[in-house]
Amino acid sequence: MTTIVTDNCKDCRFTDCVTVCPVACFHYDDEMLYIDPDVCIDCSACIPECPVQAIYEGDDIPEDKEIWVAINAEKAPNLPVCEEQMEPLPGAEERKTALGF
Amino acid sequence: MPTLGTEQNPLLVAIVGSGPSGFYAAEALLKSGLTVKVDMLERLPTPFGLVRSGVAPDHQKLKQAIKLYEKIAHSPDFNLIANVTVGVDISVAQLCASHHAVIFACGAESDRKLGIPGEDLKGSYTATEFVGWYNGHPDYRDCVFDLSHAVAVIIGQGNVAADVGRILAKTVDALKHTDIAQHALDALAESKIKEIHIIGRRGPTQAKFTPKELREFGELPDCHSIVLPEDMILNPESEKELAEKNNIASKKIYDLFCAFSKCDIDHAKSRKCFFNFLMSPKELIGHERLEKIILEKNILSGASFQQSASATGETVELETGLLFRSIGYRGVPLTGVPFADNQGLIPNDKGRVLDSNANIVLQMYAAGWIKRGPSGIIGTNRACSVETVECLLHDLTRLDDGNKKAGADAVLSILNDKKHRYINYDEWQKIDAKEIERGKIKGKPREKYTSIRDMLSVID
Repeated sequence: MTTIVTDNCKDCRFTDCVTVCPVACFHYDDEMLYIDPDVCIDCSACIPECPVQAIYEGDDIPEDKEIWVAINAEKAPNLPVCEEQMEPLPGAEERKTALGF
Repeated sequence: MPTLGTEQNPLLVAIVGSGPSGFYAAEALLKSGLTVKVDMLERLPTPFGLVRSGVAPDHQKLKQAIKLYEKIAHSPDFNLIANVTVGVDISVAQLCASHHAVIFACGAESDRKLGIPGEDLKGSYTATEFVGWYNGHPDYRDCVFDLSHAVAVIIGQGNVAADVGRILAKTVDALKHTDIAQHALDALAESKIKEIHIIGRRGPTQAKFTPKELREFGELPDCHSIVLPEDMILNPESEKELAEKNNIASKKIYDLFCAFSKCDIDHAKSRKCFFNFLMSPKELIGHERLEKIILEKNILSGASFQQSASATGETVELETGLLFRSIGYRGVPLTGVPFADNQGLIPNDKGRVLDSNANIVLQMYAAGWIKRGPSGIIGTNRACSVETVECLLHDLTRLDDGNKKAGADAVLSILNDKKHRYINYDEWQKIDAKEIERGKIKGKPREKYTSIRDMLSVID
């Protein structure tokens, strides 16, 4: 099982997920969040929190999002931990609407 | 007096309960930037609440949340005072005198009742008892469950019901390398249960399982999960619920049930687990002990997302000797702390405790299940406790009454006067190490001590 953040987070970075993460496994760069698979306990608390449904777990990962498993694993450990909710990125609301949410 | 929360006048907070909500409250306080001392009181000699004694033994990865709690506990400003029952060994008034604030994070330890005839028959139990028993909780180690019947019934369709069903559905081989209590493993090895019924009062789109928990029922090595195809036909309101884009969890649940309903029965598997919908228990019948349950069929009414179940009058009978109810939890009232009996929790506004006139009770705060009721999963408590601590920090000026507080020293002095044996974090670590060592021989992550006496014998 792996839980991952995918491209819907890009340019949104709402970080609602971070408030319910029991183990602080989210990391961030200027664009989006990533989950450190070595820290995540696959509790799935974050999944319903994401306003743009960017987070998937294990069996639910669509085929076209599978590349994000490797991206999360590579990026997360080298980026700062996101421990608290941050302001969404500028334009996040517009992007959310464009994504159909 | 220097400002509260500075080195000259540290903010002293007592937290009652050492489960997730207690630890997330401690974390938020310790990260606040103020000078804070946290004293966490725990009834048992062992910390971590439901992560230790609620999370199922076959969900070891979830239990790794403890790693974060261990980090918090190693803070020099954190104290564990375990094996201390607030309200018995020390009063709430004493804690309010020794600390600037008290956060109640003591969970919901009692069950909601079905309120039907026969509920107290032998053979009818609470999920709490069963979960506590297989997890080696000292309060439930002496429970005896008769697993010699072919049929077991679970009332409720939330994650606890799923845990109970899954433990009954799994073979001992699938459990023996977990940290399940040895007494439970021995009893489950003799289980004759072949059929498990998990019963919900509403339909498949209203079931409260998380998709992850339900998915496991499709992957059990020796149990086939069954849903009747006719139960998958939805009323228009439920269809509307499923179509709602934000209701993705219900959609996943529904799809999983659909898959179960279409699956051919695998006769190679020795057990069956039925998910039954739109039924409520009406009566439990038996002479000396439970023999059968009468279920009443329900119909849904109301607008989408507000549908409630009402009885149709049509009944069905199911022979069973073992029933677990898992229809919700209630907090237990604590002397000196307001309690809302109808909701089974401490009345509060964002964590600030309220009295019966809805006035704020200064110094008292609530977090976790005792604050919001028994909902959500481990991580939900983080946001919940952060909200409570934000309120507490906002109240800082009102929490300083100008008198010097003695904090942990006062608590320990009260306990010492009573010759009460409390346990600190170092001592817990000794128990922890010994449990892990005991488990190693059996290929288990740990073999828990299930009696307080045995726990104390490790350190005395």
